[in-house]
Parts: sequence; structure tokens; C-alpha cells
Amino acid sequence: MQEKKNIKFLSGNEACGEGAIVAGCRFFGGYPISPSSEIAEFMSKRLPLVGGTFIQMEDEIASIGAILGASLAGVKSMTATSGPGLSLMQENIGFGAMAEIPTVIVDVMRGGPSTGNPTGPSQSDVMAIRWGTHGDYPAVALCPESVNEVFLLTIEAFNIAEFLRTPVVLAMDEITAHMREKVELLKESDVKIVNRKKPEKMPYLPYEYGEDLIPPLPGYGEGFRFHVTGLNHDKTGFPTNKSELMEEGNRRIMEKLDKNKDKVIKHEEFMTEDCDILVVAYGSSARAAKRAVRTAREKGIKAGLFRPITLYPLSEKALQKAAGKAKKVIVPEMNLGQYILIVERVIGHGFPIIGINQVDGEPISPSKILSKIEE
Amino acid sequence: MAVNYFNYLRKEKMPHIWCAGCGHGMIVKSIIRAIDKLGWKNDEIALVSGIGCSSRTPGYLDFHTLHTTHGRALAFATGIKLAKPNLKVIVVGGDGDMMAIGGNHFIHACRRNIDMKLIVYNNNIYGMTGGQASPTTLTDAKATTAPYGFLEEPFDVCNMAIASGATFVGRALDLDVPLMDRVILESFKHKGFSVVDAWSQCPTYFGRFNKWGSASEMMERYKQIIYNIRQKDQLSEEEKKGKYPVGILHQIERNEFCERYQKLRDTLKGKEEAE
Ligand SMILES: Cc1ncc(C[n+]2csc(CCOP(=O)(O)OP(=O)(O)O)c2C)c(N)n1
Ligand code: SF4
Repeated sequence: MQEKKNIKFLSGNEACGEGAIVAGCRFFGGYPISPSSEIAEFMSKRLPLVGGTFIQMEDEIASIGAILGASLAGVKSMTATSGPGLSLMQENIGFGAMAEIPTVIVDVMRGGPSTGNPTGPSQSDVMAIRWGTHGDYPAVALCPESVNEVFLLTIEAFNIAEFLRTPVVLAMDEITAHMREKVELLKESDVKIVNRKKPEKMPYLPYEYGEDLIPPLPGYGEGFRFHVTGLNHDKTGFPTNKSELMEEGNRRIMEKLDKNKDKVIKHEEFMTEDCDILVVAYGSSARAAKRAVRTAREKGIKAGLFRPITLYPLSEKALQKAAGKAKKVIVPEMNLGQYILIVERVIGHGFPIIGINQVDGEPISPSKILSKIEE
Repeated sequence: MAVNYFNYLRKEKMPHIWCAGCGHGMIVKSIIRAIDKLGWKNDEIALVSGIGCSSRTPGYLDFHTLHTTHGRALAFATGIKLAKPNLKVIVVGGDGDMMAIGGNHFIHACRRNIDMKLIVYNNNIYGMTGGQASPTTLTDAKATTAPYGFLEEPFDVCNMAIASGATFVGRALDLDVPLMDRVILESFKHKGFSVVDAWSQCPTYFGRFNKWGSASEMMERYKQIIYNIRQKDQLSEEEKKGKYPVGILHQIERNEFCERYQKLRDTLKGKEEAE
């Protein structure tokens, strides 16, 4: 017998909370900030009901510290913030990457720099997410375009974090966060849930890895005693200043993402098979772009849309292929031209790559994209 | 019975990085003696630190150990303790780590009263970075960033802790081993957030800049500016002026956060479906 689908009418922030609970998140540490606060509010209500813990920390630096600590203790954890908070978290995002601690950071983007536009939509953190912490690190970020996708990608963010043993960012914008839409709430048994690989035997070396380059991670207190540091370390987890080991460690955290990227990358293509004009868009801008592409097609213009769902890593081959026959590429973003830099790097400068950039706190309209397609 | 320190130390990590005469190692020994006396198992202890000479402690001890970022140890420790309340969580750091960059986490940890044990290795200076002034550098003392003497007033770690709501607060000088042992042991026995202001000496920087001499001469200097809290009533205000009390300065009972949270979960039990 078919079970009835559990359809709810939710905001993106609520869907994010629902997704986190299904993914197995049982710890949330956060600090209120628009437009993300409803996620913290949701988690404060829900977590104690499912045996989890919510704590409002004193700032975002403490929030990221607490979720990394909880994860090391073996509990899936998350925080949610916006640009100013993301800036404060950057040092410890690097710690999470260096020490290889799975966790999820939700960034509901608002206009920046500084306090900027707290309540308007924006996509202004796209580069901060990629390069914000110092040093080279394996950035993973997912970007949903609808409330239903927020639910699914929140689960996916946990799965990737657990699989790769690294912090993962879920990058939303104010529109996907506050818009209300239908969401199909799936149960834990209906979705794929990934849990971190645990070591099987003693002696355990916390940074000893196999072919997939991902070392297993037990929780504190589970019988495997180990040391964790943000200093360059060797397989034992203790600091090293041997140059060959530092080089190996720094490279491996990058290579582990590269090696496993096919298991992580997600993207959507819409009418790209024969497109002359390719729009590359993400998040709520991609929805406007899809409308514009559809209208263009109705008018006989061969337009197509490439939507990276994982902003990082990007499916470079697929993007190159989609842009293969195009004469023009358009990149609409609610910032002054950030992701376009990546698009340019990936598909080269053989033809015009044009940005549509808007930082007025309003979403980019389909007609604006359409007129660029028609130009 | 004599304590076998090697039950707790990571032998293979010796020798440690601390200078000859540094007080940090003496505090570590007091921590080990307290753990030994209480019979805590290595596997039930999480030891968390920030960055600094003092914060290198976790590397040498055979527990679940975490060497975080500068000032942030209490934030990480909060996550560990709330995620696994059965773990005994000990946090260590320097005066710079805890009172400057980590000051905000310090006061909020005191306020929350989560059952964690904080030990501040207080040497009135930034050791690891080469002797710059810290928030506990004594007024007029010299440091590499206070070449003409420190023009500010120092924090009193214990007053800060008490004012912020810590439920156990004590202080001891490393020289006074029995007192350090007692204060740390009692802080470990306490249920709630405890703070020990453990005075250490940095002969390499503080001692040299201020012409306080060798480690043992430094300890003698520090002895001049303390009094035992038990003599509080015998000493005149004049005699106590500018001096720091040592011993157990404050201990009260207050709801512990993890227990409160568990109570909340219990009262909510079965309510999810009803939503
Ligand atoms: C964000 C950040 N700022 C500055 C530093 C540099 N730093 C490392 S240790 C330290 C101070 C150490 O002093 P203290 O905490 O008193 O410990 P001690 O070395 O004296 O034991 C500083 C400023 C850092 N590691 N990270
Ligand atoms: S520099 Fe000072 S604090 Fe650091 S190890 Fe040497 S004596 Fe100790």
C-alpha cells in the first residue's frame, strides 16, 4: 500500500531545519542573524524533542567552535548564519578543514560588505565561501533554488560532510530562506543517510587514510584516544614540521575532494543540448533564469540554463560541454560578478561571457535576463 | 601510593617544548595528581586548549585531546560536553588565550555553568609569541609591547570568574604545590563550571624583561603579592592591598546546564507526535 506523502507548506529556513533533523543532526550552536534566525529558532524547539541539544552561543566564533567540538564528540552538528557571521567563522572553518571535522554551516546570504542589507536577498558570499579562510582548503558548497530543494540539499550537505570528513556550506539566499512553498517531507528511511567511517581496530591513527584519502573518525569517548590540532600534523595527529609531511598533508585534504568529486558534484541542465545562448545561474537567480530561457525558447531563441547545485566543486566538464556550441554565456548574480570568474576560468574567453549584476536588494527579474538573451 | 605519571603522559612526545624554569609543567603534574586521585579513566577525559605555550598541554596527555584556535577552547569544549555529557571536560589555556581573545567565551562559560574544568595558566605575559603584554600583565611591568612599562590595569581572573557566575573559583601559585593540588582537585570534584587561576612563571620573557631573575627568584616575587584566603580576616586592609588571595575563593551550588537540558528533554518526551 502506498503511504500518503507528507506535504507541508514551509519556508526555506524551516525546510532546512526539517532536513537537518532527518539527516541526523543532533547539535546546533548558533547566534541570531537575519535572514537565518528562523533556523536557530526551529532547532531550539525541535532538538530537545529528538534527544538533541540546542545552544545559543555568545557569537559566531563560539558557534562554529561548539559545532566542531560536538562533531568530534561524535554528534552531527550544524550552525546557521549570514554574511557578518560567516566572516567571523572563517578562522575555524579552516580549523575544521585542517583537522577534518564534518559539520554543516548554513549561510543565508544577505547584501554585504559589512552590515549591508540584512533583509534583502543577495549572493554576495559566493567567493567568501570559497576563499574566506586563510590557506588552501577543500571548499564544498551547495546552493538550493527552491524550498523543496533546501530540504533535500540540507540532507545532502550532511551526507557530504560525513563522507568527506570536512565542513560543508549550504548557501541560500534570502528568497529561498523566507519563501513558502510545498515541500515533500521524507522520512529518514526514505532518504540516503551517510554516516562517517569509523575505525575498526586499534591502534588507530586519526589521519591514516586508504585509497579514498579519507581517514576514519571515531567520536571522543568511544575507546580510540587521539589528538586533534590545527597545526600541520602527520598521520598520528601530532604536529609535524617535516617539510615533506606538511606538503603531503596540505595536498591530501585538497586531493581527497578532487578524488571523490564525482560522488559530490550535482548540477542541473535545462535545454542545453542545442543552445546558442547559455545562462549559468544558481540559487533563486536560476529560477528567474529558467523562466527567461523558457520564454526565449517560445520566441524561437535557442537558450539553455546550466545550474550548478554544488557551487563547489563545480562540474567543470559538464559546464564546458553545455557551453560547447554557445555563442554567448550569461551569468546573472546578486553580486558584482563573483561566480562569473569561475565560469570564465572553466570555459575560457573564446566568446562573450556577460554578467548581469544586481546589488539593490531586489531579486533579478526574468525579463532582465531575457533582454540580455535577446540582445 | 606514588602516582605513576606515565599512566597519563604520552611518553613518546617527550621532551616537551617548555623552557627550563617554566611553571606550566608543574601545573600539569597537579592536574595529573588530581585525575589519579579521583580515579578518572583516560578514556573518559577530553582535554581542550587554545593556542600558546600553556595550550600545548593536550599534546602531552593521553586523553581525548584537542588543540583548537587561539582563545576558542571553551567554545569547542562546550560542544563536546553538550554532545557527550559523560565525558569529563578539562580546558586549559594561557592568560592571553582566556582573558584577551577568549574573554567573551570565558564570561559566558562562567554564566552557563556547564560542568567543565578550566585551568588558566597565568604567567602575566604572552609566552609563545615572545613576551608581549597580556590582560594580566601587572601595571608598570615590562613586555615587548610595553617597553616603557604596562600602562593598563590587569584583570583579576578570579574576580572576573566570580562576577560572571562561575560556581567554583580558586587560585594557587605553582610554587605552593600542596595548595595547587588541593585547589585543582576540589575544582575537579565540583559539579558545575570551575575556574582555577593557576599562577605560573615565564622566566624566559617576563622574568628577563622585569629583572625578576631565575624561576625560583620569580616564585619568591610572586609570593610577595599573595595571601592565603584563610588569613583574610586576620590581615588588615593595608596588608592585603594590591595582593591576590589564594586558595578556594568561591564555591556555590547552582543548576548545571547539561542536567537542566536533560530535564527538559525528559519533560518533552512523547510530545513530538502531539505537535
Ligand atoms: C587569532 C590569533 N591571533 C594571534 C595568534 C598568535 N598567538 C599565539 S599564542 C598567543 C598568546 C599566548 O599567550 P598566552 O595565551 O598567555 O599563553 P602562554 O604562551 O603564555 O602560555 C598569541 C597572541 C594566534 N595564534 N591566533
Ligand atoms: S616562553 Fe615562557 S611560557 Fe613559554 S615555555 Fe618558555 S617559559 Fe614557559
